[in-house]
Amino acid sequence: MKTWVYIDHFKGEALPASWEAVGVGKTLGSVTALVFGSGVEALAKSAFEYGADEVLLGDDAVLADFRAEVYASTLSKLASEQSPDLILLPTTTRGRELAAMTAIDLNTGVLVDVTAVEVDGDKVVATRPIYAGKLLEKTVCNAKPQIVTLRGRAFPKPEAQAGKAGTLTRVTPVAEAKTNVEGYSTGEGGVSLTDAGVIVSGGRGTSNNPALTPPPGLDEKQAEIWKAQEGFKKVGELAKVLGGALGASRAAVDAGYIPYAHQVGQTGKVVSPDLYIACGISGAIQHLAGMRTSKMIVAINKDAEAPIFKVARYGVVGDMHQVVPALTEAFKKKLGK
Amino acid sequence: MKIVACIKQVPDSAAKVVVENGQISWGDAPLVINPWDEFAVEAALQQKEALGGEVIAVSMGGEAAKEALKHALAMGCDQAILISDQALEGLDTQGTARVLAAAIQKIGGVDMAFFGRQTIDGDAGLTPAQSARVLGWPFLGLTAKVECSGRTVKVERATEEGRQMVSAELPVVFSIAKDYGEPRYPSFMGIRKASRAEIPVWSLSDLGISAPAPVIAWPALLNPPSREVNCEFITGGSPEEIANALADKIIAEKVL
Repeated sequence: MKTWVYIDHFKGEALPASWEAVGVGKTLGSVTALVFGSGVEALAKSAFEYGADEVLLGDDAVLADFRAEVYASTLSKLASEQSPDLILLPTTTRGRELAAMTAIDLNTGVLVDVTAVEVDGDKVVATRPIYAGKLLEKTVCNAKPQIVTLRGRAFPKPEAQAGKAGTLTRVTPVAEAKTNVEGYSTGEGGVSLTDAGVIVSGGRGTSNNPALTPPPGLDEKQAEIWKAQEGFKKVGELAKVLGGALGASRAAVDAGYIPYAHQVGQTGKVVSPDLYIACGISGAIQHLAGMRTSKMIVAINKDAEAPIFKVARYGVVGDMHQVVPALTEAFKKKLGK
Repeated sequence: MKIVACIKQVPDSAAKVVVENGQISWGDAPLVINPWDEFAVEAALQQKEALGGEVIAVSMGGEAAKEALKHALAMGCDQAILISDQALEGLDTQGTARVLAAAIQKIGGVDMAFFGRQTIDGDAGLTPAQSARVLGWPFLGLTAKVECSGRTVKVERATEEGRQMVSAELPVVFSIAKDYGEPRYPSFMGIRKASRAEIPVWSLSDLGISAPAPVIAWPALLNPPSREVNCEFITGGSPEEIANALADKIIAEKVL
């Protein structure tokens, strides 16, 4: 299968899911990587090292910021000239938008956020979670090129082979800009839950630490939020020791304990880290939907009947405000930090 | 401003969804407006409040989808339109985008079209960008903040790496991120008004298009492999002893 792989990156830094997509492409045949941006030739070199046989390099000032309409016009033109069978992209915000628009241009379709791939003749049969993972569907695209976005961490990342090279072809962008990127502020948001190998999350239980006395002058709601933020500090410290990201349940986000960027679940991020530690989370169905594909789940909750224990490999029935800091200390010692 | 909010009706997020005899079943869980679309309606209403004009809620689906449109009317939308046609069964996102774009064009003179970021049933998140592409309008995805002055709109987008500031000229398609802010509840007056509203139904012939040919097929639906695992409870001793035992177990599983 003639496979193209779009290498998603932010300011020249490739997302790991891009290399996972190259790995999937290699299982299907030769891979042409698409590297678009400005000053991104180093990425082409990395693409070869991760397994690409060819790179189409669009290196131009007009491609400096990802703009879906410009990238899609460029990709659509190349694809209509060279007729790939399959275009793979990582399921990132950029990958999704680019896939969506390119499918309209080429009168084809997108199989989005795919977690498994089989081949049937010249067709990819993709498995993807729907209803936030409550169900799976098998899906095919009956037009060419088939466009498939792959969920991050669902496929192995290939080993890079230093010094491996390939055919580099420079391509010219189609500059049809409809938007202007005026800048970034990375201060807000910027929580990379979907890439994280370890996630430690807090829920409603973060707020009920009886040992804490809130500072005077707070009303009941403010006192609750203050307590929860103290609780989330503990959860965050455990995440930090494990080199992981800090997550939260919808209940905690809705109660104002922590910003939405941390939310795991059906209306938050769907994640599948190697290790997911749920602290003071009961495990509502919409939270479970967002984390049930984690390789290993550990739950700490004072309610032994909490549904979270049904998906957990290890559980502690106890007060997270005592167990979580103790676990942080235990890991500090055992991991030599 | 002529503003459109595109919404979909979906099973409630608390529904237990399973496959039974090859069909999706959500038991007796209610059908509701897609939670992400409430943010789109909120953003549309705020733009109307800031700039004047009207908000028209548009949905594609069966007769039952009128309930989702009534929710949008109760939140404060001025009009609602249902697009319903037997020929739309089994439509994929590309087809949905072509139909919604045709409806936006038939409404005419639309300056802003708001979508939720994705629906919680299909989870594709493609239709907003695809509708923009069919219309040939700028697309501002995952918008968390909108400022409009004259025909220029400036937004903050909530991306993986943080906020991105982007500007474009109207007309524009937005998808709205949850960071935008909580959607309002329907008011009592709004609910009364919505219950009496006549919602026109447009067929494909009203839109002047034929049914888009489906490109995507779904040969199988599966229940996910059971995740029921036997939870090993770590018990006994002080929190420190429990934590030590748990840390040893986790390290032995080689997931770090």
